Amino acid sequence: MRSPLRTPMVLPLVRDASLVWAASGVVGVSFGAISVAGGLPVWAPVVMSLVVYAGSAQFSAVGLLLAGSAPLAAAATGLLLNTRLAAYGLAVADVIGRGRTARLLGAQLVTDETVAFALAQPGPERRRLAFWVSGLGLFAVWNVSVLAGALAGRALGDTAAYGLDAAFPAVLAALVLPAVRDDARTRRCALAGAGVALVATPAVPAGVPVLLALTGLALYSGRPKGAA
Amino acid sequence: MSATVVMILALAAGTYAFRLAGPVLHGRVEVPARVQELLSAGAVVLLVALLATGAVTEGAGFAGWARPAGVLVAVLLAWRRAPFVVVVAAAAGVTAVLRALGVQ
Repeated sequence: MRSPLRTPMVLPLVRDASLVWAASGVVGVSFGAISVAGGLPVWAPVVMSLVVYAGSAQFSAVGLLLAGSAPLAAAATGLLLNTRLAAYGLAVADVIGRGRTARLLGAQLVTDETVAFALAQPGPERRRLAFWVSGLGLFAVWNVSVLAGALAGRALGDTAAYGLDAAFPAVLAALVLPAVRDDARTRRCALAGAGVALVATPAVPAGVPVLLALTGLALYSGRPKGAA
Repeated sequence: MSATVVMILALAAGTYAFRLAGPVLHGRVEVPARVQELLSAGAVVLLVALLATGAVTEGAGFAGWARPAGVLVAVLLAWRRAPFVVVVAAAAGVTAVLRALGVQ
């Protein structure tokens, strides 16, 4: 059997996936730099990126921790963000492979980008190849870039002078606003949730207001996307 | 154990469990489209709440004017689909400039 690396399918997948890798690399550097500049030791973003490997959850958990949240409240928010990974895991269960080892290792590679990339390919063989190529590449790029960012973050002095405390919410804006602007129902829930979180902030422990924001989902109606 | 370690371990274990549920339960569980929609909407709601509280509050109080202004610029740029680097750099830049001018 020919080596998979020699098949004509691999190079186009690497070329396409590399666009995702480059974008994630920028986010990874930001995460590492902001975490260390905010006061965490260098090992924290690096270890977190290896074992959690979920960008928005890492940003939210570190942001909350640096804001004084209790660790379990910060983790809870990150976990709520990651519930969607269960649905992704189901979607690519066939794609990852049948063996136990493939499942245990492949599960860790499940992310928005890798799942979307794999499912976009035609045919089961190509999907499997796309999942592993894009997944392994993204894992490597993410962790190298977080390390680079963490080392760079250590070199910064007074973070307030650089406005770095604004960088965490700005990252969240870059990640989430495309979804907010495209779906009126989600937008309504998000604005209501943000209001609840801001009102609750003076009254409850750090980290909890964000969890209370989920009450905004009560406004999620069954009408199709785009309906006012 | 430090707060950071507790947070990382809890988040890592829970996240991996979510990921593994799919491959392990494959063939036995189907997630209704409605549930998937709510999961996606829930993630957006959490992120927007984090964005709002991170921009405006410090501890239990108001964060001052420089940071909200910087984040507002980021929000406008993100809404216009500006590149990630531009959004983040603009937020930090505006905040830093305002602080240099004496705005807290």
